[in-house]
Amino acid sequence: MRNLRRIKEGLLKQFFFLNGILAILVLAGIFLLLLSQGILAFKEISLFEFLTSARWSPDSVVRPTYGILSMVVSTLMVTAIALILAVPLGIGCASYISQLASPRVKEIAKPVIEMLAAVPSVVIGFMGIVLVAPFLTKIFGISSGLNALNGAILLGIMSLPTIISISEDAITSVPSEYKEASLALGASRWDTLVKVTIPSASSGIIASIMLGMGRAIGETMTVLMVTGNAPAMPHSLFDSVRTMTATIAIELGEVPFNTTHYYALFAIGLTLFVITFLVNLLSDIILSKGQRS
Amino acid sequence: MLKRIVYSVLILCSVVVIFSGCGGKKTDKKSIQIKGSDTIVNLVQRLAETHMQENPDVSIAVTGGGSGTGIASLINGQTDIANCSRPMREGEIEQAKSGGNAPLEIVIGMDGLALIVQRDSQINSLTLDQTGKIFRGEIENWREVGGKDLAISLYGRQSNSGTFEYFRDRVLKGDYSPEMKRMNGNAQIVEAVRREAAAIGYVGVGYVADQEGRVLSGIKILSLAADSQSEPVNPLDSEKVKQGIYPLTRPLFQYLSEKPEGALLDFIKFELSPRGQNLIKKEGFYPVTDEYKQSNSRVLGE
Repeated sequence: MRNLRRIKEGLLKQFFFLNGILAILVLAGIFLLLLSQGILAFKEISLFEFLTSARWSPDSVVRPTYGILSMVVSTLMVTAIALILAVPLGIGCASYISQLASPRVKEIAKPVIEMLAAVPSVVIGFMGIVLVAPFLTKIFGISSGLNALNGAILLGIMSLPTIISISEDAITSVPSEYKEASLALGASRWDTLVKVTIPSASSGIIASIMLGMGRAIGETMTVLMVTGNAPAMPHSLFDSVRTMTATIAIELGEVPFNTTHYYALFAIGLTLFVITFLVNLLSDIILSKGQRS
Repeated sequence: MLKRIVYSVLILCSVVVIFSGCGGKKTDKKSIQIKGSDTIVNLVQRLAETHMQENPDVSIAVTGGGSGTGIASLINGQTDIANCSRPMREGEIEQAKSGGNAPLEIVIGMDGLALIVQRDSQINSLTLDQTGKIFRGEIENWREVGGKDLAISLYGRQSNSGTFEYFRDRVLKGDYSPEMKRMNGNAQIVEAVRREAAAIGYVGVGYVADQEGRVLSGIKILSLAADSQSEPVNPLDSEKVKQGIYPLTRPLFQYLSEKPEGALLDFIKFELSPRGQNLIKKEGFYPVTDEYKQSNSRVLGE
């Protein structure tokens, strides 16, 4: 009987171990697949051209070119503007919920904000076409509202729940002694918030920004719908752009398998993977550093 | 405990019943899958609805996604009919052959591709050559073709669209300007052009005009001349389109993986019948020309 129990325990342990490493195996599998397929693209394309040329035109009837610079710039541009919009708003909102809101407001506001993350990206994209685009043309007097700024606004909205939720946790977990000490020394509530509470929570806040950034970089449907998808190098916020994710989504559906074009799309996926991996790694390092100190 | 078992059994049973219900219906209903070109998805949808009303035991599902997507599904055996606004490519035919039969080609109607600008534009006509230069990015300002001093804003389709390829091969004979905004479908192009004074785009005539030649509000359809000597022709002039004088007239294809039988054959016959062709006219397209009528009857073995 005792023996049976030990065997059962051992099996269960193995089972949970397998579950534990499954996610890692899947991640490794994805990386290997991207690498093995993506690397084949460089049999015909030079890595230098791939990374430094701004002309992506695989279906060219003259000469196919595979340069991803313009879409990398587009992706980073849209993401950066999204964060510029979302970070102040997100931290402000998190501070309010954590420090100022009455318990009842907090009880309602936090789940509602987190529900924003549940809105499907295609719905957000739809809003971009029917609401944000006409709004932008009116406000800025530009001819077309399907541009980088539109995508950035929507991505900002989409990364807000991540930023708010995690920053709020970080701000709330700042020990109340810090705050009390500051207030006892005669600092105002504003000074306490800006000079004591937020800096103490900075590692959590930075991690939330990084995670929000990961969300924004990888988003596909929304940007595909609202940025106009012109593969040219963007010169301003009001230019149409095509991001890396949108390119993969548009072209993978109809590209013939096992061609240079097909492999090149995997190479874009690999580049994107490396970028998001670095962002997540950075946020992990910052987060764990914050926890240790 | 007992309660929970009873509940789960009940749920399981209801799930089984629901699914078996679906399965049962499918087997005695004749279902046809149609997929492909966004240019004719509405047209084929209308044809299918009319056909289904008269034949309640047939169910037809029509989806878009672009010509390339339709052909890929046909090759993979995921659809019965592939709608296509361009002829099948060599490579695609080869691929289809290696998986089974050579695909059969039916022409269900003709389409005039329309160049559209905003209603208030000063431009009324362009030559084919000018249009090519505009979409290749060589002409960048409306001033160069007689319009206002305004940078041209290009709208086209994404690369999985048959219209994208047809327009490139017929008009550009080169690559699209990277500045061209690639839209998801015809309706999006129309919407964008309606809003933007500097815009030009290409869509199927059926998307901007109805049978009587009434154009959507806010849109102007440009006339097109084959070269600088010939007279510009408007795609709304259905006689000229029928005679093939309008430079951007193209056949609309449906591809099948094997000789149609039963419900599938009935539907295709309906499309090509006078009533079907009338519906095609109503949707803003043109009936099949004599040349393609012959090839159709050869394919159907009449």
